[in-house]
Formats: sequence, C-alpha cells, structure tokens
Amino acid sequence: MSVRVYVPRDASARSLGADEVAAAIAAGAAASGRPLELVRNGSRGMVWLEPLVEVVTPTGRIGYGPVAAQDVPGLLAAGLLDGGDHPLRVGPVAEIPYFARQQRLTFARVGAIDPLDLAAYEAEGGLVGLRNALALSPAAIVQAVTDAGLRGRGGAAFPTGIKWKTVLATEAPQKYVVCNADEGDSGTFSDRMLMEGDPFVLLEGMIIAGLATGATQGYIYLRSEYPDAAAVLQAAIERARAGGVLGPDVLGSGRAFELELRLGAGSYVCGEETALLESLEGKRGQVRYRPPVPAVAGLFGRPTALNNVVTLASVPIILARGAEFYRDFGLGRSRGTLAFQLAGNLARGGLVELAFGVTLRELLYDYGGGSASGRPLRAVQVGGPLGAYVPASDFDLPLDYEAFAAKGAIVGHGGIVAFDDTVDMAAMARYAFEFCAIESCGKCTPCRIGATRGVEVVDRLIARDRPALQLAVLRDLCDTMEHASLCALGGMTPYPVKSALQHFPGDFGLQTADDGAPRSS
Amino acid sequence: MSTAPQIPEADDAPLSAAMQQAVDDAIAAHQGRPGALLPMLHAVLAALGHVPLAAVPRIAAALDLSRAEVLGVLSFYHDFRTQPPGRTVVKLCRAEACKAVGADALAEHACRRLGVALQQTRADGAVTLEPVYCLGNCACGPAITIDGRMHGRVSPARFDALLERVAPKDPQP
Ligand SMILES: Cc1cc2nc3c(=O)[nH]c(=O)nc-3n(C[C@H](O)[C@H](O)[C@H](O)COP(=O)(O)O)c2cc1C
Ligand code: SF4
Ligand code: FES
Repeated sequence: MSVRVYVPRDASARSLGADEVAAAIAAGAAASGRPLELVRNGSRGMVWLEPLVEVVTPTGRIGYGPVAAQDVPGLLAAGLLDGGDHPLRVGPVAEIPYFARQQRLTFARVGAIDPLDLAAYEAEGGLVGLRNALALSPAAIVQAVTDAGLRGRGGAAFPTGIKWKTVLATEAPQKYVVCNADEGDSGTFSDRMLMEGDPFVLLEGMIIAGLATGATQGYIYLRSEYPDAAAVLQAAIERARAGGVLGPDVLGSGRAFELELRLGAGSYVCGEETALLESLEGKRGQVRYRPPVPAVAGLFGRPTALNNVVTLASVPIILARGAEFYRDFGLGRSRGTLAFQLAGNLARGGLVELAFGVTLRELLYDYGGGSASGRPLRAVQVGGPLGAYVPASDFDLPLDYEAFAAKGAIVGHGGIVAFDDTVDMAAMARYAFEFCAIESCGKCTPCRIGATRGVEVVDRLIARDRPALQLAVLRDLCDTMEHASLCALGGMTPYPVKSALQHFPGDFGLQTADDGAPRSS
Repeated sequence: MSTAPQIPEADDAPLSAAMQQAVDDAIAAHQGRPGALLPMLHAVLAALGHVPLAAVPRIAAALDLSRAEVLGVLSFYHDFRTQPPGRTVVKLCRAEACKAVGADALAEHACRRLGVALQQTRADGAVTLEPVYCLGNCACGPAITIDGRMHGRVSPARFDALLERVAPKDPQP
C-alpha cells in the first residue's frame, strides 16, 4: 500500500525549501521502490516548523520539521515513511500545543487537505454552508451573518451583515461581489495562507455573498506579490466551474454566479476599497470621495459587496453551523475568531486562529515563544503599517476591537509584528512617514505633502536640530493628517508615529514625549 | 505614486516586430473585458519584462483612451516598469516585519555585494535591485525574491549563496 506524505506548497514553506524537500522525498521513495502519494497541502500555520512534512500512519499524521532537503536521506533511513523516530520528528501534528490549542473555524481545513481537491473539500465539511444558503431567502442569509456578529476582517471591522443588507436593498440591473485580496499590511499573511491552503472556502463565501445580495458576478482582486495564490485560485475557479459550483447553475439551483481573478500591480493604497474599485475599472488607484459607499455605487457604479478574504471565508461556517455557533466565540462586540499572524522577531512565528479576547502576552510568549533573537521584546506593532506600536507594559491588552480602540490602537487585519530591544523607534516612525509618502495615492494634500514633511521633521528630530520646534511641527502635522486626510493611509500614519514617540521618547533623543515642546493650553 | 508620468519622446525607441506582436497579443487577449487596461499591461509586462512607452499609443487606441490616461495608469503602479530590467531581478522586502529581523542590514549588504543601489539596474545589465513592501512571508523574514521566486530567512550569507550566479563586481567597461 502506498504511503501518503504531505509537503506544503504554501509560499512560506516554499521560501524555506519545501519544493526541494518534496523532490528529495519523491526521489528517495522511488529509489527504494516504495509507492508514494505526495500531497502538496497548505501550511498548518506553524511557519517555525516549515517545511513541515507529514506522514499518514495508522496512529495519525506524524510531523517532521523543519526539514531541509539534505535531511531527507537520513529521515528516510530512519523510517520517515512509517513515522519512524528522528530528531526532527514532532509527533502527531494535531497534538502540537501551538496547533491543538487553537480554535480553527475559518482555517479548519488549511493544511489538512489538498487545496485543489474538491471532493476532499466536501468530505471535510465544504459546501454545507452554500447548500443551506441556497434554501434560504437573501434576507435570511443576511440575517444569519448579522446575527453571527461578523465584522470585516480587512481592517475597519464594519459589520458585514449591515453592508450586505445595503447591497440587497439597492435595486440595480447588475450587482457585484468583490473580494479584497490585496493584503498589503506588513506582518499579515492570513489571506495568503487561506487562498493557498483552502481556496474553495473563499469561493463558497463569495457565492453565498452573491446569493445574499443578488450579485451574480464576483471579482477577486489579488496583489501581484502573491503569484502562488494566483495559481491556486485560478485552478480552484476552473475546478469549481467544472464541478458545477460556479457558473450559470450553482449546484443545480438555477442560480448563477461567475468569478474572475484580477491582479493588482504593486500599490498598497489599492487595498483601500474605493481605490481597489478604481483599479479594477482599469484606472489609477485613487481613493474616491464618498458618499456614495460601494454598497450603493461600487464597481462600475453598481452596488458592490466588497469584503476581505477572511471575512468572506468565514461566511460558510456561519451558514453551515449557525449564527449562534459562531457568535459564541469571542467577547463584547468582537465575535468569532481572528487569524492572528505572529511576525517579525518571534521564535515561533505563524498563524494562530483564536477567539477574540486572547491577550498580546499569550500570543507573543505562549504561542510566539518570545523573541527569535533571545533578547527582550520591546514593542509590537499590531494591525499593519497604520497600527500603533504597543510597548511591553501593555502586553496584557486583550485582542478586542474596542479594547484596542480605547488605547488609540487597532487590531486591524490581525498582524502582530514583534521587535526586540535593538529596535530604533525613531527609525520606525520615520519609516511610517516614508511608506505613506511612497504609497500615497496623491488625491489629498495632508497625505501627499504631509508624509514627505513628516520624514523631514523626524530627520531633524533625530539630528537634534531644535527639538522643541520639531516636536511642535510634528504634532501639528499629525493632527492635520489625522483629521483632514481622505482615507486611513494619511489619516492613520500618525498612529505608529505618535505611539513611537509617546512610549519611546528616548529613541528620539528626548526626555519625555513633551520634552521641550510648547504645551497646548 | 511611484514616479512622475513620463511623456514618450518623439524619438522614443519604436517597437520591434516581436514587441509589437506581444503588445498586439495582449490587446487581443483582453480587449472587450471590463476594466481591461491593467490585465493588458500585465500581459505586456509578462511577455516583455517591461512595458515599453512606445506601446502606449497602441494600447490607448485599442481601449479608446487618451495616451495621457494610459500613461497615468502606467506611472501609478510600482509593477509597471517602462525600462527593461537587468537579467536577474532581486526584490528586497523593506517592510516592518522584515526590518524586525534585519532587513535593513540585508539591504545594505545586498547593495554592496551586487554593486548597485536600490531601484537601480547595474551598468552591465546583470541585475536590478528593487524594494518591495511585504511579500506575505513575515513570519520568516527577511524575505526576498529572485526572478519571482521567494526566499525566507535570508541572512547575508544565504543571500550570497543564492546570488552566486550574479557576478559580485561591476565588470570593467
Ligand atoms: C490604505 C488602506 C489599505 C487597505 N488595505 C486593505 C487590504 O489590503 N485588504 C483588505 O481587506 N482591506 C484593506 N483595507 C480596508 C478596506 O478599505 C475595506 O475596509 C475592507 O476591504 C472591507 O472589507 P471587510 O469589511 O470585509 O473588512 C485598507 C484600507 C486602507 C485605508
Ligand atoms: S489620505 Fe493619502 S492615500 Fe488616502 S486619499 Fe488622501 S492622498 Fe490618497
Ligand atoms: S514584511 Fe517582509 S514579507 Fe511581510
């Protein structure tokens, strides 16, 4: 009997040599005449163990990692294909505490199955939500998503049910579902891991969004930095079409839904929803004034349900298990789970899906294992380049939209970037402005001009050039950008800047964040 | 905004027959689709490695747009380079999660090792070095791509090993 071995095809695993490992295992098995079924799965999210090889044995899936191609001959000699002992053996993967303690709802299948095997998808609970949705009225689907308390996972945390209700209520000859797969935030990769590891769940979520809103055409706007995800999605779309899941007659229901993949072209601001729509229409990715909101007049002026990848991929389980099941995870107004992404200087970086309410400390130490460098952690940036820096004194903050907002911070897309005590926070503040200047769409002055001024002011602060004056200018600039920018790129760049200054004034050569600055009366 | 719009000069290099074919293929493949301009530019980029400015009038005509509109789009997006790149294209992630594990030091090393500044193509055409802002590989940075292939945990030593085939020094002219 052939032995089944999983070697991830996830882009992170590949960046650490997974292709070479897969080839070495295939060659080794062939040389020994052992029939092998090699499956290229998604990543389990334990990036610190990648490439993580899994072998199916009578006692479950046994893991080995991190495996390098040169380890393979030794592993095979040690009985890899029968789950044999070896220093790289990590035991049954489902029992690794990092993995076992998670609450995997949206990412339940990621890493478990062949991402492009529609039959495996169905066998593991796929399409149940869609079948249930096909039996419901659009309003009932919207109600289920509302009752589940699902809020947008792209950053703004807007209630998905309310957005869909608007699209449903707006009459139009054509409506659209647009998936925001631009995932530009540094420190985030959950969209990517989902698309590469379980693309059908995203397709299913988009079809359900179509049923709920009356949209029959979907687009996935994927950043061009994700070629592996593009290949998986394109293949998944074709297989879903061939399997009657997509197309003029979704699962024999007589309802139509079509889907197309489009690529971005290296622009961070195109993750902003209206810039994304401009880009999809073939224009410069400039932010639109609103109203109207996209739900009323979005793509090509039509009502558009625009959602993040993880938002849409969380819909099938809500329809499959019920709104209450989902809502029972989380706390306060943050319901369900979030796929946290542990990034930067951490010993055990990766993806951790948990209910809202977990603290930063638990994520950074219990899961992340502290810094990779062995030095103390000094700051973490949560929620991407527009998120505040959180100092170690605030690590007990629970991950909850409102708790973070109360601290002037954001949860955003759930990216958590850790820095050890070698970080220069003045340099990070400077970079925040620099990034904003590079990526500004140029539509409004506070951002277009302000970001460049910000770099100059921080440079002068660092050079100790009249610090009191620079501080006053910096505060003024942050104020203007926050209050007068058209979108959050300009409007939230002050978050990382101000938090860096507030918590780490010494890095700017200052006694305190107010040092020498004229105090406002 | 990546670069200021470049206005094609009258004496801009005309398209070779092969390039013209690639542009016409891109037009044929995408004309008629809603929002066809980006897919068209991507197709040209994939075929030629850059989007020659001399392709702009053809694309504008095919989509019934002004040349200025096409140029505006071309110049907005970081991906659409208008000059041919070096034989090897190296992209270095410059974003926060990679900075947390040494991306700045790696960038300095890369510039020194390859003898070229960021956003430049070396004079001998061997290599182009470009910044990129997150590759979604943030749990195992610093991340880079070499000709589209991604690598994680790239130390300076690993960088040198990966780029062995690119000669380190700018050869004498
Ligand atoms: C500068 C900027 C960049 C953004 N980038 C993304 C992105 O990459 N992915 C994303 O889903 N949302 C991004 N957003 C948020 C979107 O504008 C929008 O709120 C979101 O896609 C809506 O989907 P959701 O409700 O499912 O979160 C960005 C917003 C701004 C201001
Ligand atoms: S804040 Fe910046 S990115 Fe946003 S609309 Fe204004 S110029 Fe464009
Ligand atoms: S920050 Fe470098 S890959 Fe994400």
